[in-house]
Amino acid sequence: MTWVVDNLDLIGRLTVEHLRQSALPILLGLLLSIPLGWLAFRFRLTRGLMLTVVGLLYTIPSLALFALLPPLLGISFLSEINLVIALTIYAVAIMTRFVADALASVEPHVRQAADAVGYGAWRRFWQVDLPLAGPVVLAGLRVTAVSTISLCTVGILIGIDNLGYLFTNGYQRQIVAEILAGVVAVVVIALVIDRLLVVLGRALMPWAGKGA
Amino acid sequence: MDLFAEAIAWIFSTDTQSGSLPLSEAIATHLAFTVVSVLIAAVIAVPAGWLVGHTGRGREIAVGLSGAARAVPSFGLVLLLVLVFGVTHKVGASTTAFVLLAIPPILAGAYSGVEAVERRIVDGARAVGMTSSQVLGKVEIPLGLPLLIGGLRSATLQVVATVTLAGYVGSWGLGFYIVQGIQIRDFAQILGAALVIVVLAVLLDLLFALAERAVVPRGVRAGRDGR
Amino acid sequence: MIEFRSVTKTYPDGTDAVADFSLVVPAHTTTVLVGSSGSGKTTLLRMINRMVEPTSGSIEIDGEPIAQRDPVRLRRSIGYVLQNGGLLPHHRVIDNVATVLRLEGTPKQEAREKAAEVLDVVGLDRSLAQRYPSQLSGGQQQRVGVARALAADPNILLMDEPFGAVDPIVRAELQAETLRLQQELHKTVVFVTHDIDEAFLLGDQVVILSTGAQVAQVGSPSEIIENPADDFVASFIGTERGARALRTKHTDHGTVLVDGAGRTQGRLVESSS
Repeated sequence: MTWVVDNLDLIGRLTVEHLRQSALPILLGLLLSIPLGWLAFRFRLTRGLMLTVVGLLYTIPSLALFALLPPLLGISFLSEINLVIALTIYAVAIMTRFVADALASVEPHVRQAADAVGYGAWRRFWQVDLPLAGPVVLAGLRVTAVSTISLCTVGILIGIDNLGYLFTNGYQRQIVAEILAGVVAVVVIALVIDRLLVVLGRALMPWAGKGA
Repeated sequence: MDLFAEAIAWIFSTDTQSGSLPLSEAIATHLAFTVVSVLIAAVIAVPAGWLVGHTGRGREIAVGLSGAARAVPSFGLVLLLVLVFGVTHKVGASTTAFVLLAIPPILAGAYSGVEAVERRIVDGARAVGMTSSQVLGKVEIPLGLPLLIGGLRSATLQVVATVTLAGYVGSWGLGFYIVQGIQIRDFAQILGAALVIVVLAVLLDLLFALAERAVVPRGVRAGRDGR
Repeated sequence: MIEFRSVTKTYPDGTDAVADFSLVVPAHTTTVLVGSSGSGKTTLLRMINRMVEPTSGSIEIDGEPIAQRDPVRLRRSIGYVLQNGGLLPHHRVIDNVATVLRLEGTPKQEAREKAAEVLDVVGLDRSLAQRYPSQLSGGQQQRVGVARALAADPNILLMDEPFGAVDPIVRAELQAETLRLQQELHKTVVFVTHDIDEAFLLGDQVVILSTGAQVAQVGSPSEIIENPADDFVASFIGTERGARALRTKHTDHGTVLVDGAGRTQGRLVESSS
């Protein structure tokens, strides 16, 4: 405990860094997965392709992905952009499946009713399909946010400071409290963000009920 | 793309096969950690998950556990347990961490598989006079197998990735090459090891994908394919 | 004979599914419990094989209270046909039918032979025996459900809206089949439905239930149609209007019967007796 009290500054600074690094991948994951998820939902051909690709990407262990991206994209191995892109890839991999499932969860008769009253395809997607898919998309976003925040710590292995710093630093200096503080901090901010998303979801989708 | 050629060369070079950590040994250790951890986790989580799914008791705890577990940073957990157990017990500490990480997805696969069996099928089984354990053994478990294998699949991927990270605490597994490569700035070694890890992970995933298909009961598959 | 004695059922959330229900179900006849949803008819049916336990009161089969019997053994001794079949999707038709026999320890081969005979009884071609339920039509699945219930030759057959999910043509077929079977087998059948026409067609004794399983009227179909106990029954069976509110109309070729909508439903003939 004394270690935590003595190092509140450091924990605070790393938490802010951590949130900053996680935010972009989560947001990008959501934005990119909507068109990709739609492709996976809409066409049989693209469905198999998309789901296989995201499945494979998700399979790649994080440390290996950090190593693969630099030569492929011409970026530096020990760089924040490497971390952010890797986390975005995982976020997209998780979210695409959720978005495809979410769109499939919209009942066909609702979709037909929207067609029947004269929605165009584009309008129907934004005003009927996507809002009704919302609860499942939100469930996916929660999984993505929590995973991303947790996974972000691995960035320390490629020299990016965030809450993961407490793990390696604590390990080298043999301070159990430091590592424990890092683990607890990550879990707490992940769960706080998770709750925030639930609250946000209720505000945006009042029709979805408590289950969402 | 030059780096990829160098990485492939690293994989097949004699130094890699016979260095302080031979590649074959690293692969074997990596696999051994994964298999043992997932097995131990399965022995604990599968019966527990079946019971939760069958009785509905402890469901809240199981759901909460598998949700919250995602928030636990696996790298942090490994380092924490190694420090707590003491550096002389690195293998035990790491294995414990892997098992802890593998339990929630297996638990979720086991209980959700049982829960996903349609109520009317379970109702029918009870109505013709199956005992509670017969309902579980003859109906819920066989019909829930695909989701259970899905849980084992997630757990295995999780452990493969975490064993990689555990290369930071010991000179074992494929992750060690990457950690060491970062220290000595040997990017061919980093990429080479990464490629081997990817192949290993994809192969394991493929194995589970096939198993997931194989355990779908024939009658259920027949219905899915249409008449 | 099955006897309900002052049976009640209150669910933990406080809803009274059954409020004081008593009834005698005579042996070797068909008793139909009919009522709209919420009338507790399925709850009553499921009490007979202890799928649901009554809150108070007792149920006796041939004078023996079922509360003293082991629920699993009791269920194996009673045939139960569920809506949607409730078949095991991962077992072949023949093994679905043989389920109870196998549970009772009959050797596999013998159970399958017996099951194949029961397939004949319910009018299913033996070529379907090796199929899975999902490879059958709805009507065929329902027949398998009946076959499974009959396989161990129980005295009592419970049927829970068995034909609710099939189309009208198949339903009529299955109803006719049920009548034929009952003429041959003389089981004590308790049948639940919300369809009054089905109740009158199949029931020797019809029990009309209102909310909370209150008995609105018990009797043979003729007794009920000829003398509905009250307005609820009259409106439920539709004697005020529609197909059962018939009046006579004299034509050049004799007297015909006309329903509430003015459609001629049949001809009035002199009884032969």
